[in-house]
Amino acid sequence: MTHVVVLIPTPLRPFAGGRSRIQVEVAKEPPSLGDALDSLWGEAPGVRDRVLTEQGEVRPHVNVFVGTECCRWTGGLETPITDGAEIAIFPAISGGR
Amino acid sequence: MKTVKLLVGTSKGLFVLRATAARRSWQLEGPHLAGRAIYSVAHDGRGQRQRVWAGAASMHWGAVLVSTDNWGRTWDEPQEANVKFPADTGLALKQIWQIEPGLEDEPDTLYCGVDPAALFRTTDGGKTWEVVRGLLDHPHRERWTPGGGGLCLHTIVRDPENADRMWVAISSAGVYRTADGGRTWTARNKGIRAEFLPDKYPEFGQCVHKVVQHPDRIGRLFAQNHWGLYRSDDAGDSWQDIARGVPSDFGFAMTIHPHEPETVYIIPIKSDQVRVSPEGKLRVYRTRNGGRSWEALTRGLPQRHAYDIVLRDGLTTDSLDPAGVYFGTRNGKLYASNDNGGTWRLAIDGLPSITCVRAVVGDERKPARRKATRRTARR
Repeated sequence: MTHVVVLIPTPLRPFAGGRSRIQVEVAKEPPSLGDALDSLWGEAPGVRDRVLTEQGEVRPHVNVFVGTECCRWTGGLETPITDGAEIAIFPAISGGR
Repeated sequence: MKTVKLLVGTSKGLFVLRATAARRSWQLEGPHLAGRAIYSVAHDGRGQRQRVWAGAASMHWGAVLVSTDNWGRTWDEPQEANVKFPADTGLALKQIWQIEPGLEDEPDTLYCGVDPAALFRTTDGGKTWEVVRGLLDHPHRERWTPGGGGLCLHTIVRDPENADRMWVAISSAGVYRTADGGRTWTARNKGIRAEFLPDKYPEFGQCVHKVVQHPDRIGRLFAQNHWGLYRSDDAGDSWQDIARGVPSDFGFAMTIHPHEPETVYIIPIKSDQVRVSPEGKLRVYRTRNGGRSWEALTRGLPQRHAYDIVLRDGLTTDSLDPAGVYFGTRNGKLYASNDNGGTWRLAIDGLPSITCVRAVVGDERKPARRKATRRTARR
C-alpha cells in the first residue's frame, strides 16, 4: 500500500470538508498519480470535477505536481508516485484573466 | 410594493441591483460568486419559486450551474458538476451561455445552451441534466465553426404553446429549429447573408448573435447577426433584411418589448474589426413597427467619445408598464431606462465587464418595524 498526501488549494477546500491536506492510500501497484487522485475523489468527490474535465483530463489551467515536478512534463496522470510523496494541486498562473 | 431586481452577470461575479417600481435609483449587492465569469443568468419564478440560476465559470476550475433561492445570500453548488458531456462524446464543457426555464406547465424543466455547442435539458428541477442528442449528433456539426466567444449555443427560444417546438442559435452555425422536442433539427437560415463566406447564402454557417420572439406573436422572430438584422414571419423558414436606418447592422444585443410585439431594441456596433459604438456615440436603436424603421435613443447616453460594446445578453427589459430597458457594457457601466427607452440614467459604473443582464419584477412587503429594545438600541 502506498500512502501519499494531497495538498488542496484554498478555492477547493469547500469541496474537501475544509481540509488543506488529505492523506490517501493507493492499493494499485505500481501506483500512479491518477491512482492517487482516484483515491482522493473517494475522500473528496467534489474536487474531481474541478481538477479534471468530464473526459478525465487535467483542466488546462490547473497544474498538479508530484513533489516539485508538474505532471505535464512527467507523464500526466501516468506519472509514477512513491510512498510518502506529496501531490499538490495549484491554479495555474495562465488562468488568471 | 412592486420592486425590480437586476441580475447583472460580469466577468468577475454576479451583482444584484434593486429599485422600487419608479426605477430611479439602484442599490447594489455583490459580487456573488466573486471571481467567476457569469455568462448566463435566469430567474425561475414558476410555482412558488424565487430561484436564480447562474452559469458560473472559473478559468481554473471549470463551469458549473449554480442556484440561489435568496438572491445570492447562499448558493447551491453541486459537488459533482451538473452540466457535463457524456464520455462517449469526447467533449468537455467550456461555458454555459444560456439558461432557459421551461414552460409554465413543465415546472421542473430547464434548458441550457453551452460551449461546445450543445443543448442540455433537465426535467427534475436541475438535479440531473442530459444532453439533447438530436442536436449533438446533427450531421452539420462537423462543419460548425467557433466564433470569437467559442462554438456556443447562446440562445434558446421556446414556443410557449407547443413544448415540442423551439429554436436555438449557435455561433457560428446559425438558427436551428426542432418540432419534435429535440429529436430532429433543421437549419433555418434562408435569406440570412454570411458576409464572411464565399457562398453568401449557405444552408448553415451563419453567425447569429441573438434571436428574440414576443410571446404574443409566436413564430415571428427577430435576429441580430454578425452583420445583418433580420425578421422572420414564418417561424424561421425565411428571413427578411430589416437593417434600414441603423448606423451598422453589426451587433450582439437584441431584446423585445414586454407588451409591444413590434418593438425591438438593438445596440449597433461599428464593425467586427473595430467593435465599439459607431462614431463614439452610445445609442440604443428601437423599432416600433417590426423593423420597418428604427430610431436612435440617446437621451441620457454619452454621445461623445463613448467607445463601448454590449454583449448579446447585456440588453433586457422588465415587465412593467412603461417598460424598463437596461443594458450593461463591457466597460462595466449599467444604464437603465424607466420609460421604454425614451430616457436613460447611468445606474452604476465601475462594475467588471458586464456579460448579461436580466430583470425580475416582484412584490416585496416592507419589513415589519420592530420595536427597539434597550439591548438592540445599544448596538
